[in-house]
Amino acid sequence: MAWVVMILVIIVTLFPFYWMLRTALSTNQGLQANPASWLPPEFTFGAFERVLGLQSTEQAIAEGGSGTQLDFWRYLLNSVFVSTLITVCQLTFSAMAAFAFSRLTWPGRDKVFAIFIGGLMVPSIFTLLPNFVLIKQLGLIDNLVGIALPTMFMTPFAVFFFRQFFLNVPKEIEEAALIDGVSKVGIFFRIVLPMSSSPLATLGILTYITSWNDYFWPLMVSYTDSSRVLTVALGVFRSQSPQSGTDWAGLMAATLIAALPMILLFGVFAKRIVNSIGFSGIK
Amino acid sequence: MSSAAPYRSLSQAKRSRRSRQDLRLAIIFLTPAAIGFLVFLVWPTLRGIWLSFTSYNLLTPAEFVGFANYERMFGDPVFWQSMKVTIEYVVINIGLQTAVALVIALLMHRLTQSTLLRGIVLMPYLVSNVVTAIVFLWILDVQFGVANQILEWIGVEKIGFLSSETWAIPTIALINVWRHVGYTALLIFAGLQMLPNDVFEAAKLDGAGEFRSFFSITMPLLRPILALVLIMTVIGSFQVFDTVAVTTGGGPANATNVLQLYIYDVAFGRFQFGYASAMSVALLVVLGIITFIQFRLTRAGSSDMN
Repeated sequence: MAWVVMILVIIVTLFPFYWMLRTALSTNQGLQANPASWLPPEFTFGAFERVLGLQSTEQAIAEGGSGTQLDFWRYLLNSVFVSTLITVCQLTFSAMAAFAFSRLTWPGRDKVFAIFIGGLMVPSIFTLLPNFVLIKQLGLIDNLVGIALPTMFMTPFAVFFFRQFFLNVPKEIEEAALIDGVSKVGIFFRIVLPMSSSPLATLGILTYITSWNDYFWPLMVSYTDSSRVLTVALGVFRSQSPQSGTDWAGLMAATLIAALPMILLFGVFAKRIVNSIGFSGIK
Repeated sequence: MSSAAPYRSLSQAKRSRRSRQDLRLAIIFLTPAAIGFLVFLVWPTLRGIWLSFTSYNLLTPAEFVGFANYERMFGDPVFWQSMKVTIEYVVINIGLQTAVALVIALLMHRLTQSTLLRGIVLMPYLVSNVVTAIVFLWILDVQFGVANQILEWIGVEKIGFLSSETWAIPTIALINVWRHVGYTALLIFAGLQMLPNDVFEAAKLDGAGEFRSFFSITMPLLRPILALVLIMTVIGSFQVFDTVAVTTGGGPANATNVLQLYIYDVAFGRFQFGYASAMSVALLVVLGIITFIQFRLTRAGSSDMN
């Protein structure tokens, strides 16, 4: 009985993924004729070709596409650029701050740390509007750096998270290294960071996924193809096609391509991500 | 003693040199994070509150208008409609999500520790809200969506899941349950793993049935964890935007015009940043009050485990 419920849960969880694939491999005409067929009606890779720009405009329109050119590779590249920039910088800077809060002694350290942690109280959504005003004044609207900037330097959570791990590095190892003439900077790069590589990787993957999936903030900042990331491009793709003649096959192919990198990333790191969810570690 | 004194002063000098070095290094290491913290977190928070007392359209400088934005907010029927819709969404979303997540967590706890299963359950969480919204838009499409095809087979009339005023909000709430339930379930599952086993065995020995031991032991012990999960998910739920923006855009007839969407529309559709900021402050206050009440009601800080 318990297994029956569990299997039902698994089916409901996985069905939309299957339906995405099944629709993406169909033609729009086939979808309308056989809306409920379990296998792709009129199997074709046409939708994928259309989305990736491998199809001529005439052919695209014939297969039910809107005919507008979608620069999918560009959006993909934009997403990779923004997510990589955010993840690398945020992790580096947050780890550096956490090192200063955990392994260095200086007056007022714990007070400054408490102020940083106070930042957790402000929901990120509240800072979006004023941050938009700021980015506009900096002249970074419609710019990939403008999208990355607000979360590029730190998040209070990342600083807090890393500090927890850095505090666990035994004092003896640090002192032995100091006697061997390693500098404090060397201790950060050669001892503390390598010893914390596992939490670094975990938070890195989660940060990457979060920034890859973000929609609201990039929607505010990007206006043209030059700074459009995948999520925003999908929104535009969806709103461009009229409700009556929506290119569903193309839309599903596009969503699948947009989701694929994260699904692959998850496939590789599933164990790490799944086990990181709890109360001691990740929020 | 004569040899000890210079030794001590030498070591003190060494230590104070080291701590001065530490301070210098700390400043260098903290600078990037501090810039981010001050420029993109502290400053925008203060500025957001300041803007709520101004009239500002991005082009001309902000002009102080006192409480005018707040007065307008209290008299704005669309704002209250948005608030109502948002709360309706949160109640359905959180209620269902927590209940289903609890069931999934308990099942996993009893059946298997399998990482594969936990991975499958978590999968929707890795897909963006936008992708989720588009997929369900297709599945729930009135004409060609498979959901309505199934309803037809069963002999039920077609439902305009996202186009009818009554169905739109529950549908959006359910779509987001699909995406987030696995994550919540894994959180509760992690909590279940922390519960002491001996209590359950003692209950079994005393002849307590499955239901009895669930309601008398599991639930009370799990309460602080559920409270934490609720605080986290409710705050997230109030910020719903992506799914609504992609599926209905606030329609039909403002039936799904959630607060974030209205704020976005006022700011970017009408360039009334002052008024939009005032509504953001209102949301901030609501979230603060809810967190406070939840902490009090569920006594999240204390556990029955002690």
